Amino acid sequence: MNHDRIKEKLNILADAAKYDVSCSSSGSDRKNKNKGLGNASGTGICHTYTPDGRCVSLLKILLTNHCIFDCAYCVTRKSNDIKRAAFKVQEVVDLTMNFYRRNYIEGLFLSSGIFKSADYTMERLVAVAKKLREEENFNGYIHLKSIPGASDELMREAGLYADRLSVNIEIPTAEGLKKLAPDKNRADFLKPMAKVRNEIIQYKEEKKIIKSTPTYAPAGQSTQMIVGASGENDMQIMYTSDYFYKKYQLRRVYYSGYVPISNDSRLPAIGTEVPMLRENRLYQTDWLLRFYGFDVKEILNDQHKNLDLDVDPKLGWALRNMDQFPVDINTADKRMLARVPGLGLRSVNKIIRARRFRKLNWEHLKKIGVALNRARYFMTCDSPLFESRDLAPDRIKSLIKQNSKSKYSKHLGKQLSLFE
Amino acid sequence: MHALVYDGSFEGFLCAVYRCYADKVGDPDIQPVQRHQVNLFDSHTEVLTDQDTAKRVWAGIQKHTRGMESRRLYMAWLSEASGSENTIYRAMRYILQGGKGAGSDFSHPDVLAVSKLWKSVSRERHRMTAFVRFKLTKDDIYFANVAPDFNVLPVISKHFSDRYADQRWIIYDLVRKYGLHYDLKKVETITLQFDDDFDPWETSPEIFDEAEIRFQDLWKNYFQSTNITERINTSLHVKHVPRRYWKYLSEKQALR
Repeated sequence: MNHDRIKEKLNILADAAKYDVSCSSSGSDRKNKNKGLGNASGTGICHTYTPDGRCVSLLKILLTNHCIFDCAYCVTRKSNDIKRAAFKVQEVVDLTMNFYRRNYIEGLFLSSGIFKSADYTMERLVAVAKKLREEENFNGYIHLKSIPGASDELMREAGLYADRLSVNIEIPTAEGLKKLAPDKNRADFLKPMAKVRNEIIQYKEEKKIIKSTPTYAPAGQSTQMIVGASGENDMQIMYTSDYFYKKYQLRRVYYSGYVPISNDSRLPAIGTEVPMLRENRLYQTDWLLRFYGFDVKEILNDQHKNLDLDVDPKLGWALRNMDQFPVDINTADKRMLARVPGLGLRSVNKIIRARRFRKLNWEHLKKIGVALNRARYFMTCDSPLFESRDLAPDRIKSLIKQNSKSKYSKHLGKQLSLFE
Repeated sequence: MHALVYDGSFEGFLCAVYRCYADKVGDPDIQPVQRHQVNLFDSHTEVLTDQDTAKRVWAGIQKHTRGMESRRLYMAWLSEASGSENTIYRAMRYILQGGKGAGSDFSHPDVLAVSKLWKSVSRERHRMTAFVRFKLTKDDIYFANVAPDFNVLPVISKHFSDRYADQRWIIYDLVRKYGLHYDLKKVETITLQFDDDFDPWETSPEIFDEAEIRFQDLWKNYFQSTNITERINTSLHVKHVPRRYWKYLSEKQALR
């Protein structure tokens, strides 16, 4: 192995892969078989964090950044004048094994530019995973990219080796995709996604009957959307997410604030700020849908097409629905507790277990870790001291903001001044 | 105050619990021998460790707890925090008297305090599963130093032996001066003697395999290339990787 050459390839192909934000290694419970190497940890482990604050859990690289497509938002697009490189299958296997043995990573996330054809590319990705599983007895986490347009047969094989498969839809709307990636069409993305979904369902059914049925993509499927590249609003983004969660049973949808990489007039110019606050609000909304029992229509609808930037989406929803509050912490059901701003699911579970023993007051809630600064306007507990003023939503909002410091205050100042 | 001094083992602690419980002590002073300072004017009793008694106490605790509750007690004990034994004892007493579910009564001050200790230890445990960096020695052993805030080796042992079943490895706690050694069959506790001039965080070419430096170099390069400079967020970075762990991490050492 020529060290300098490998190093150069690694730098090029890691740099090109970094815009894929998924680095999750959770959701799989693959065991270490026959005293081989590795297992999946269930909850996932972040082995380090880059200076941008993102988790590094997997060796995330492209097999190659040669690509026949010319998608405007992508750094690897055909017309972009950049250094190209390609790993050999064995080189990726060696890097993965050696990084894994040193406890640097949970496994491999392998994606690729599309060279020659979709199937030719997918075949190479599958070959890496197969070699790791069958020749190296590697049981760590493998995330493979589903190449749009890949055949059903290859997708079936991919899922037998990989823990997770993902295909990035990138642009939330079909019109946006037409504008920015004219050679791609949506049906090509959806085909492998549908195939994998069907296989997952089928393997699960068979496993119920025959225990020895192999697992198929145990950590499921995910996708990613770029935020702020094609002028879409939050409602379009989250309705698309909701559709994919329901229709394709995705485990995760990732939101990636667009990092300008091109002078293309169809896109935000180089130097435009990455919309990190907006990205954060979308993730918060995603959590409300997946864990807090909200329906997307409650948070985003025709009256309210974009999320508030200055408050989180749960607080925003509560302020628009004051008729549902206050909630009595000692009697409310779990669903309603989870809707109180300032109560996370951990607090909700602690409250439910603790209130069996005694009625909870402010002191208990504070110690449990409830953000009373927000919660107190929306709840009552075992205390005569509660918010008795009939405050208007705007007044509550400003009281809460007075008493809290947002880590985004810098961004907020800038973004809000636009409207002044 | 009359102190009960135990030998520093978890079994020893359980025997101290047994003594206090039998004597109906509400507010004891239980100390491990390594933290006990002999004071001329205070009296103390040494608790003898008896494995059977320890087993009985633990079985009793398990009968009265569910799910994570007994593990929380054990991991809180690993915090080695001053006075933590007394808190854990009071929580155990409440659990034994309070019936099922009392171990999750987070409105009880001692149960909540145990939960907080557990959370700290648990976070450190998780960090060690993440931040351990093995370095391959010339003897074909993957070696790692750690200096954890709490005594977490007992609770990471299984994680590493399950995962790295086909390679020999050592994880050594420099603070508590003992380590885990996996020999492809089982994990054993070991102690090592280091030379005075030995720098445990350095990768000396005399001790380590020549490929080791190359893979550290590749890893550092990867770490740099996978970063998005437009999104730099140092405060978030430091929150996730506090500075005291940087010495563990080859990727945080300067690029050659």
